[in-house]
Amino acid sequence: MWQTILRRILIMIPQIILVSILIFMLAQLMPGDPFYGNLNPNSDPATIERLRHAAGLDLPWYQQYFKWIGNVLHGDLGTSYVVNKGWTVTRIIGQRIWPTLSMGIIATILTYFLAITQALVSARNENKWIDRTFIVWNTMTSAVPSFVFYFIMMVLFVYIIPVFPSSGTGIDDTQSFFVNFFSNLRYAFLPALTIALFSTNSIYQYLRSNLLDQQAQDYVRTARAKGVQIKDVFRKHILRNAFLPIASQIGYSITGVLGGAMFAETVFGYPGIGALFVQALSGRDYTVITAVMLLQGILALLGGLLSDIISAWVDPRIRVK
Amino acid sequence: MSELVKIENLKVYYPIKSGFFDRVTDNVKAVDDVSLTIETGKTYGLVGESGSGKTTIGKVLVGLENPTSGKISFEGQVVTTIKQKKAINYNKDVQMIFQDSQSSLNPRKTIGDIISEPLRSFGVPGKIGAGYDGQRSFEQDKINARVLELLDIVGLPARTVTQYPFQFSGGQRQRIGVARALATNPKLIVADEPVSALDLSVQAQVLNFMKKIQRDYNISFLFISHDLGVVRYMTDNIAIMHNGRFVEIGTTEDIFDNAKHIFTKRLLSAIPSLDVKKREENRAERKRVEREFVQYKNDYYQQIGSYMRAYDLESISETHFVAIKKGEN
Amino acid sequence: MNEKILDSKNVSVSFRINGELQTALHKISVSIKRGEVLALVGESGSGKSTLAMSIMGLHNAEQTEVTGSITLDGHELIGLTERQFDQYRGVRVGMIFQDPLSSLNPLMKIGEQISEAIVVHDKNAPNLKGHVQRLLTDVGIINPKRVAQQYPHELSGGMRQRVMIAIALSNEPDLIIADEPTTALDATIQAQILDLIKEIQLKKNAGILLITHDLGVVAETADTVAVMYAGQIVEQADVEELFANPKHPYTRSLLRADPSNVSPGEELYAISGTVPALKDMDHSKDLFLQRIPWLSDDVVNATIDEELEVVGDNHFVRGNAWKTFEFLDVTEKGHAK
Ligand SMILES: Nc1ncnc2c1ncn2[C@@H]1O[C@H](COP(=O)(O)OP(=O)(O)OP(=O)(O)O)[C@@H](O)[C@H]1O
Ligand SMILES: Nc1ncnc2c1ncn2[C@@H]1O[C@H](COP(=O)(O)OP(=O)(O)OP(=O)(O)O)[C@@H](O)[C@H]1O
Ligand SMILES: [Mg+2]
Ligand SMILES: [Mg+2]
Repeated sequence: MWQTILRRILIMIPQIILVSILIFMLAQLMPGDPFYGNLNPNSDPATIERLRHAAGLDLPWYQQYFKWIGNVLHGDLGTSYVVNKGWTVTRIIGQRIWPTLSMGIIATILTYFLAITQALVSARNENKWIDRTFIVWNTMTSAVPSFVFYFIMMVLFVYIIPVFPSSGTGIDDTQSFFVNFFSNLRYAFLPALTIALFSTNSIYQYLRSNLLDQQAQDYVRTARAKGVQIKDVFRKHILRNAFLPIASQIGYSITGVLGGAMFAETVFGYPGIGALFVQALSGRDYTVITAVMLLQGILALLGGLLSDIISAWVDPRIRVK
Repeated sequence: MSELVKIENLKVYYPIKSGFFDRVTDNVKAVDDVSLTIETGKTYGLVGESGSGKTTIGKVLVGLENPTSGKISFEGQVVTTIKQKKAINYNKDVQMIFQDSQSSLNPRKTIGDIISEPLRSFGVPGKIGAGYDGQRSFEQDKINARVLELLDIVGLPARTVTQYPFQFSGGQRQRIGVARALATNPKLIVADEPVSALDLSVQAQVLNFMKKIQRDYNISFLFISHDLGVVRYMTDNIAIMHNGRFVEIGTTEDIFDNAKHIFTKRLLSAIPSLDVKKREENRAERKRVEREFVQYKNDYYQQIGSYMRAYDLESISETHFVAIKKGEN
Repeated sequence: MNEKILDSKNVSVSFRINGELQTALHKISVSIKRGEVLALVGESGSGKSTLAMSIMGLHNAEQTEVTGSITLDGHELIGLTERQFDQYRGVRVGMIFQDPLSSLNPLMKIGEQISEAIVVHDKNAPNLKGHVQRLLTDVGIINPKRVAQQYPHELSGGMRQRVMIAIALSNEPDLIIADEPTTALDATIQAQILDLIKEIQLKKNAGILLITHDLGVVAETADTVAVMYAGQIVEQADVEELFANPKHPYTRSLLRADPSNVSPGEELYAISGTVPALKDMDHSKDLFLQRIPWLSDDVVNATIDEELEVVGDNHFVRGNAWKTFEFLDVTEKGHAK
């Protein structure tokens, strides 16, 4: 097990390098000086030239890359000049990442919880009205753009029945960790629940059809022949087998956290990385854009790793290899 | 006589892992130093205790498992590892009929899809027969026609094509596995309990058919079975396996008429007889051989803990080898 | 205590296939006394497993229609709810399934799968681990401690089959249904397992329904034999009588097809043609006669009696053809008696 993980981590190193080069190239294509945003393009050309030279921007691309990646490794991602003018990007991200992660984790847990429950109820009542209801619901939520639902939820639970706060993260540097934790929960819950409610479709459909397939397997017959009640057969035998192919997807769902957060954070006024990215895009805050992309790249790789670990952990047939 | 396959000193160990970190604490010696040669057009029987490593040998031979050590050659080419097998399109020539008919058939695919799969990847040979290596066609019409032909050979009706595995009885599913294995005109078929799920009449059809393609096209079989009646009928050579090792090898006559190893004798005495009146007699004979086995097993096995390891094979005639302590015969 | 542990009368089973009901079993009546071994033999697809599944109540209720009566120790089973059936499954009736290789949960350790069978019926079962290991030892597994910790894919076919047998016997049931229990086992262990099943039978005075293709196994273990073809019983008799004096042409050809009757040079005897599709089965006829090329159409299509005919002490045969024709060999031209 540990060997597998170690091997996977070693494989990740060249992948990370590749991703960073890609992002560096992309950043190069952006107008202006992406990595040193404080070079205001409106300054007098001679000053710019001097600054460029001082910043090393007249060097060949690979030298610039090594310089940049060296800085990144030291935690220096440049300075923002639009979103939080003058702040280092590291500081901005450091502040924004926790709300996004907390919301992402809650949203993921809720999504799986809702999808599994719906799929179980559906499979046990195949073709009955409740099954049909869940099918229609899931088809609908995936067909209509999600921000429509976000607005509805927002209006419903913030303004009409005001049970949740309207904007912010509930995190304040002056408070202790525990106070922050619980106050953030209040702010994160509504966007997380909203994301979860409307993104069960793919897990639900896949799991429902897996459950139905597994139900026809011979081992189910064995369990029933032992006298195990049908509901326990579902709980102890079928669910785990049906969930197996999906379990590995949990890893990948971290990858989607940032993407999913973009709309939700913006609509709910929840200042995390997603909202930051939207702001940075509209303000052309290149240093921030590059940093968020790098973060996303690393998350994607970590998601893959996590997925592999989970599938090896839950499936004894993979474990022996 | 030409050698088709040669297996030399094959070992397959599976690690046993235990504890929280799944550390390897021991090995299951599923196959422990066996060698065998299958000749073109002949049937090699593999018989033995359940769990003795027969399927494992079959799996290594078709390329579903890598050996721990040893060497396999096919028509002179070294094909020990899965990689080496892939490189020469080996599975066009070597196919397997699985012991496990149920789980080897994909439940979501129709029978037509299942049988046409190997035809799609390797093409439809001009006619049915071992190693017939003329033009192979990839046309859909040809594939469909061949699927029907194959189903007919194993005695299943054409309507089967659109049905799914769960709609068939155990025996019917086994026949589907046979049809799939025949599809690419292999030169060697590893048949792992090919007929154990079949009723006698269909068993007869399948065995007759296997003999016929062997006669007509010189196909070879590695025939794994517990049914000694069937083994006697089908094979030319036999290896008897126990705990991952060969305890006796020889021609079919050597084994059935002149068994030397105590394990072989015990196995043969356990064959149920069709004679209802001899029931008690047979049981008494079985008990007697069992006592003999317990009494003399030290002459035939090294006792290592609770594990009985057969000695190396010693020749007692040109074709007949027995695992016995050196200098015993 | 009822002498007949199992008594089934006119059991018919139909499957819903493409929306229409098709009959797989037609009015089967068999009974098993305590201490008796009834062997069920017959063509693949003739409905042997279907009968076994009906006794266990394991058919999918929406796709299958089961009619007639099946009583276990005097209690009617047909029409029970799932919860009621759970009181019988695994305790009063234990079943060993055909296809033992896929019958174990791939994600659960062997030990857990066996102990589950015990715990379902007795939450406070004492010394569970010891019990599981004893069961594994009983079925001839040499290293029960290790095997209890392994997963199904790590065991050989025969080992998995033995695990299935351990599960079926774990609660020492009154009726043991064994559907091809020894196909994946070598001759030595097969004999050992059959002895074990008989031992447990003796202990509980249980009845056994043994489904098998192996006539040797039948000859060595059965008391009574029922021969099935196309969803019906075509002949039933005490084991000695059946082997000595087979009447129905299907029984006769089955006995001929055994490979021990043939030397390696010869072809094995096989019956031509195939069983008709379920929807083409007309159970008012002797369906096997269609497979005999030389019989005239009016013999093949003749309607016959529903009841089996009594031809001797506890010997029953279906149809009339056996009376008028000599069935030495159904493929070659036979002749009138
Ligand atoms: N994937 C695996 N991991 C660990 N052990 C394994 C694995 N596959 C097989 N074994 C072990 O290897 C040994 C040989 O297994 P194999 O399936 O080859 O036996 P077999 O001779 O085919 O038996 P049978 O006649 O019962 O099918 C057994 O002890 C089995 O438990
Ligand atoms: N769930 C099902 N749906 C539709 N048809 C079925 C189903 N189960 C069985 N059948 C059909 O019913 C018939 C009897 O099947 P069954 O499995 O009882 O045969 P069997 O006598 O046990 O055969 P074998 O010896 O090959 O196991 C077969 O024609 C089979 O195709
Ligand atoms: Mg095997
Ligand atoms: Mg069956």
